[in-house]
Amino acid sequence: MRAVRDHAAVLFELRDVSLTRAGRPALDAVSAEIPTGATAIVGPSGAGKSTLLRLLNRLVDPDAGAIAYRGRPLLEHDPLELRREVSLVPQLPALLEGTVESNLRYAADLAGKELDAPLCLSLAGLDPGFAERDVARLSVGEQQRTMLARALAQMPDVLLLDEPTSALDHATRDAVEATLAELRRELDISIVLVSHDPEQARRLSDWVVRLEAGRAIEAGPLEQVLA
Amino acid sequence: MTTSIHVSTGQVAASLALVALAAAISFWRRADLDRDIAVATVRSFVQLTAIGYAIKLIFESDSIWLVLALLAVMVLFGALTARGRAKKVPGAFWPLLIALAVAGASTLGLVVVLGVFHPTPRYLVPVGGMVIGNAMTASAVALNRLGDEVADSRGRIEATLALGATAQEAAAPIVRRALRSGMITLVDSTKTTGLIFFPGTMVGMLLAGANPTDAVRLQLILLYTLLGSVAIAGLIATTLAYRNFFTPAQQLRELEGAEAGA
Repeated sequence: MRAVRDHAAVLFELRDVSLTRAGRPALDAVSAEIPTGATAIVGPSGAGKSTLLRLLNRLVDPDAGAIAYRGRPLLEHDPLELRREVSLVPQLPALLEGTVESNLRYAADLAGKELDAPLCLSLAGLDPGFAERDVARLSVGEQQRTMLARALAQMPDVLLLDEPTSALDHATRDAVEATLAELRRELDISIVLVSHDPEQARRLSDWVVRLEAGRAIEAGPLEQVLA
Repeated sequence: MTTSIHVSTGQVAASLALVALAAAISFWRRADLDRDIAVATVRSFVQLTAIGYAIKLIFESDSIWLVLALLAVMVLFGALTARGRAKKVPGAFWPLLIALAVAGASTLGLVVVLGVFHPTPRYLVPVGGMVIGNAMTASAVALNRLGDEVADSRGRIEATLALGATAQEAAAPIVRRALRSGMITLVDSTKTTGLIFFPGTMVGMLLAGANPTDAVRLQLILLYTLLGSVAIAGLIATTLAYRNFFTPAQQLRELEGAEAGA
């Protein structure tokens, strides 16, 4: 298990984190560091990737062990403030009833930010004309990108993305990946990405945590973990 | 109001012919309800006879304390019964108990204060029974819906929490739908009353020989009272119960075990 390189700040630090879900251990004594920048959490399905992501913005708390965010224990962070700063986009789109814009506005209002809907939409690879669309009439791929736009409306410091391209065709997937790369460059957002696809991890991240059966078996720079 | 009707045991026995008919139909078309019909008939006879004597006792004693004790028992059994219909809601008993108690106390208190009814056992017992019974049905339906909605919408609730919304904000749409489904039956039947069916109180008064105008007025009072009690019970039950799905850290609880069914 490699420590984060000196020049990158530690974003999250997990120490012996365990969590039981439905009577079975989902995460078992996981210790890993996640630096600023882009990190991919990889591993087979059922390895605990999504659970780990949900821990990072306190949608769930660990049964044992400790997590720190920017050096401060996660449990000391107010969950609501934390979630507005560390925004999670779940794998399955789950928008609120209404238009695309009303969803974006809801998120921006929660975070106390001015909404620039055309900017958020175009960052997520959607035409600004989508603002007035009813979310019930969007395709799954469009819903997934609206979820990303909604998270961006909060101007978060960290984006937690759970399989962000799982419902997309190749062309749309490429567009979203290009968007994520651009977000990192232009907005200085850190990204923690769950992916079952090592190739996607290779394209998008520079640090990799590999999970298997609830254990972190490897963590380090991309070129070492996915050599 | 004086009693102007006497019903003999023989008349009750004669009406059993219709029960026999129902059982025969069930048996003939294999609806498999013969046993249930028998149980229902015996239970209704025993329960109503028992409550009849209890009410007679309370009327004769003319004690407000006995009335309150009877209503308290109704609230308790109402909450226990409703809990059986709200299995997916963790800790549903206390929200239901509080909902029924407040709905009963506030609506009865209000109709007495407004001078609609005199605070005597003759009015408080039957009106209280109807108020608590309807409040029980409404809050049971509301919490049943709440449990189903939370189970179906876990993804959406968590996605909303993930934006930094409070549990109250994330649950608001489903709490609204649950309250609505608890109230809608009574609202709809109030809309169609007199057109499609005659409500029980009015039928009872007409049979007892009352003036139709009086029967209608009393029925209207009861319908409006019930609307109030159903709204109060549904509001309190849903407002208290949705919290049990969340932790103090605004997380959606992982419900485990048979009761949760998650």
